[in-house]
Amino acid sequence: MFGYLLKRLIQMTLVLWVVSVIVFLMMSFTGDPVFMVVPIDATDAEIAQARRLLGLDQSLLVQYGKFLTSLVQGDFGNSYVFRQPAMTLILERMPATVEMVLVAMALAIAVAIPLGVYAGANPNSRISRVIMAGSLLGISLPGFWVGMVLIYLFAVHWGVFPSSGRGDTAELFGLRISLLTWDGWHHIMLPAITLSLGTMAILLRMTRAGMMEVGRQDFMKFARAKGATRRDVLYKHGLKNALIPVVTIFGLQLGDLIAFATITETIFSWPGMGKLLIDSIYRADRPVIVVYLMLVALIFVVINFIVDIVYTMIDPRITLK
Amino acid sequence: MTGFFRSEFFHNYKRSTSAIIGSALMAFFAFAVLAGPFLVAQDPYDIAALNLMDSYKPPMWLEGGDPRFPLGTDGQGRDVWASILYGARISVFIGLVAMIASCTLGTLLGLVAGFYGGIADAIIMRIADIQLSFPSILIALFLMSAVGTGIDKVLIALTAVGWVVYARTVRGSTLSEIEKEYVQAAKVAGLSNRKIIRKHVLPNVLTPLIVIATIQVGTFVLIEASLSFLGVGVPITQPSLGLLIKNGFDVLFSGLWWTSVFPGVAIMTLVFGINLFGDFLRDELNPRLK
Amino acid sequence: MTTQTKSKPLLAVQDLHTHFHTFAGTVKAVNGVSFEIGAGEVMGLVGESGGGKSVVGFSILGLIDSPGKIEGGQILLDGQDLVTAGEDRLRQVRGREISMVFQDPMTSLNPLHTVGRQMDEVLCLHSDLDAGARKQACIDMLESVGISRAEERLKAYPHQFSGGMRQRVVIAIAMLARPRLIIADEPTTALDVTIQSQILKLMRQQIADKGASMILITHDLAVVSEMADHIAVLYCGNVVERGKTRELIETPTHPYTRGLIDSIPDTAERHDRLKQIPGSVPDIRNLPKGCNFKDRCPRAQALCAEREPSLTAQHGSLWAACHFPLKPGELA
Repeated sequence: MFGYLLKRLIQMTLVLWVVSVIVFLMMSFTGDPVFMVVPIDATDAEIAQARRLLGLDQSLLVQYGKFLTSLVQGDFGNSYVFRQPAMTLILERMPATVEMVLVAMALAIAVAIPLGVYAGANPNSRISRVIMAGSLLGISLPGFWVGMVLIYLFAVHWGVFPSSGRGDTAELFGLRISLLTWDGWHHIMLPAITLSLGTMAILLRMTRAGMMEVGRQDFMKFARAKGATRRDVLYKHGLKNALIPVVTIFGLQLGDLIAFATITETIFSWPGMGKLLIDSIYRADRPVIVVYLMLVALIFVVINFIVDIVYTMIDPRITLK
Repeated sequence: MTGFFRSEFFHNYKRSTSAIIGSALMAFFAFAVLAGPFLVAQDPYDIAALNLMDSYKPPMWLEGGDPRFPLGTDGQGRDVWASILYGARISVFIGLVAMIASCTLGTLLGLVAGFYGGIADAIIMRIADIQLSFPSILIALFLMSAVGTGIDKVLIALTAVGWVVYARTVRGSTLSEIEKEYVQAAKVAGLSNRKIIRKHVLPNVLTPLIVIATIQVGTFVLIEASLSFLGVGVPITQPSLGLLIKNGFDVLFSGLWWTSVFPGVAIMTLVFGINLFGDFLRDELNPRLK
Repeated sequence: MTTQTKSKPLLAVQDLHTHFHTFAGTVKAVNGVSFEIGAGEVMGLVGESGGGKSVVGFSILGLIDSPGKIEGGQILLDGQDLVTAGEDRLRQVRGREISMVFQDPMTSLNPLHTVGRQMDEVLCLHSDLDAGARKQACIDMLESVGISRAEERLKAYPHQFSGGMRQRVVIAIAMLARPRLIIADEPTTALDVTIQSQILKLMRQQIADKGASMILITHDLAVVSEMADHIAVLYCGNVVERGKTRELIETPTHPYTRGLIDSIPDTAERHDRLKQIPGSVPDIRNLPKGCNFKDRCPRAQALCAEREPSLTAQHGSLWAACHFPLKPGELA
């Protein structure tokens, strides 16, 4: 167990290191950040001085070394735009993104799994065909467009939901969370629904595929040969087996949600770190972009790790190695 | 040719509603992309042809609509329907070209990894694994933010994201093929690696590649649309469907919905058609289910 | 149809037809099969792979799923027809009065449930015992099939057992509710040769202890010649010969049975080649006119292509469906 943990830790660190190199290289070769900090009419001397201050006059390797050290210390420098530590900016906005992602995932699971189980258990029924057509549509939709349609219908046309922004927040453990207020829920519904659709469709399809796959297995027939009802066999024997492949992609789906949140936050002006990233890209606010990427890389790596552990807990055949 | 029409594939195709609808949609788009611009009176990107007086006309079935512009016009007086046709060209072009590039690159890398193994395999697969643990949209977004906008840059970003699935599939197929005895025999007989690849490995890997490639076009269309929507995709001078939606977003809150909704419907229909057909292909070409 | 046994049979299958309606045509997997089995007897159901033997087993328990369907015939358990009995009645029968042992123990057991849970399930369905009593019954049963440290093993998962042990577990599950008939579908085919005889011995002991009957479905005549009291030979969905084991093995009347017996490798004498039945099983969707076996039969004549033979009494207890059956002592 300990050996496995150590191995994974090393792997994760390696991945993060590779990401840091790539991020650094990309950032170094794109644009010259010195122009972000000096005024337009700066003289050459002022520009050179700014370069020195930012450490941009040194060799790439040295720059990377500095980059790495400050990274490890958690110091990413100040945002060029806000003149505040980039890390703080991102962390402030993280709860907003996290709550939207969580609600979207909960929605996706709540709808996808039951429908997927039904569609897998009764593949030829009319309803199943409709469900499957719907799920195929779900993965064909451009998410941002759906968000726009929802805004138009529910906010502009019918005025039932707000079209943008985050609702009131209440504080819990020092974090500002909008899920604790009614207004918060009122504001989160449209963005969360928009975000959830793609994942919902994929989870539904995987659940259905899993159920159909499991239906072919011998142990299902054997359970029936014992005298169990069809229903019992489906849910008690089949479901858990069918959901194993779903768990495999769960981590990836969570990652996808975080990624697509950037777009959703942009449409709904949701003050999360995704929106901050997009704004920072427009404004070439390098430190913020770097923080976002490294943080998100860390989150993904951790999610994958947790999923692997969960996987071994569900399937007794899999052992950690 | 007639052999094809008598094959089991075609027989199942005829019986599958989704396959027929899917391929019909794809054909429609192919036609629209190729012939479309010739069918529409107005070239929406010819400034001279535009009339600001025609701006923001709603679709023709609504009050204030104009039959010249069946789906309405945008802020510059551009016909939405014409814009969609031109935009679809760009979206489809990007999707197809990126798919071809990804497929070529990925297959090549997969073959190298599977065939030569060793350090090449290790490096290629490591990169693939790392890439796969991150959502493609994020990687594409990041790349675009670094290299700037433009169709060529979009193609590069999409290729960088899309090669992985081909490489893995081809590598897997290659590995299992070279284990097989007839390949070992061929090697002993002195057949060159290239011949072995061409005669034994590629034919077996072809069917999953076709399925992946088909569906990937749709995936790329969606990713490109998202990138363009965020402003890091195609340039304003060559608006894809995604960019059209972005342009329409700004006026959505004033109730002018048609400039953004219809391009979205177009994307949705195109990708839906591709997925319908792709699903059918997958079921048909999958030997395991037979 | 005259009965084979003197007492009333436990299970009587009469003219069973089970067809599969596939895209490529209707497969008549079971095409008019009849046999009887009495209490405490072992019957062997023999035939080549794909000949419909397993389908007979599943049909008896009503476990034929679409595109298959029982199209005709009767399956009488104590005089009650299972074909027309409802699903409720069938569920009572399954596991309790008739149970089944599948071929591959690796896939018969749910990999995510402990062995104990899968055993407990049978008792929950068919008995009123409380949890403690059920657990004890499972422990006793595991020990009786030769699994030591039974109480610990209840908490184990199927993949933690070896192939032979898994099949013992499957047998334990099949015997738990004290069924009167066990259908064993190729129970040893997936196991190592060395384990096979152990398992067969175990099964024989179990049914003898409990006075149960068994239908042993297999393609292996050698296995069945040791275990069964009487044998039915299946070919292309029909019973082509049946009768008491000894007589059938020593003096078979149907050329197919003869062929099967001859193809068992003879370790006593040296031969140059293994004897085989020439040709292969015909496409079951397009059965030829007349006798199904005629194209592979060394004795076939014009009549065989004209008329399908029906089961007629031969010598002793044997019945065979053949126009030109072998006489005792006659070689093919």
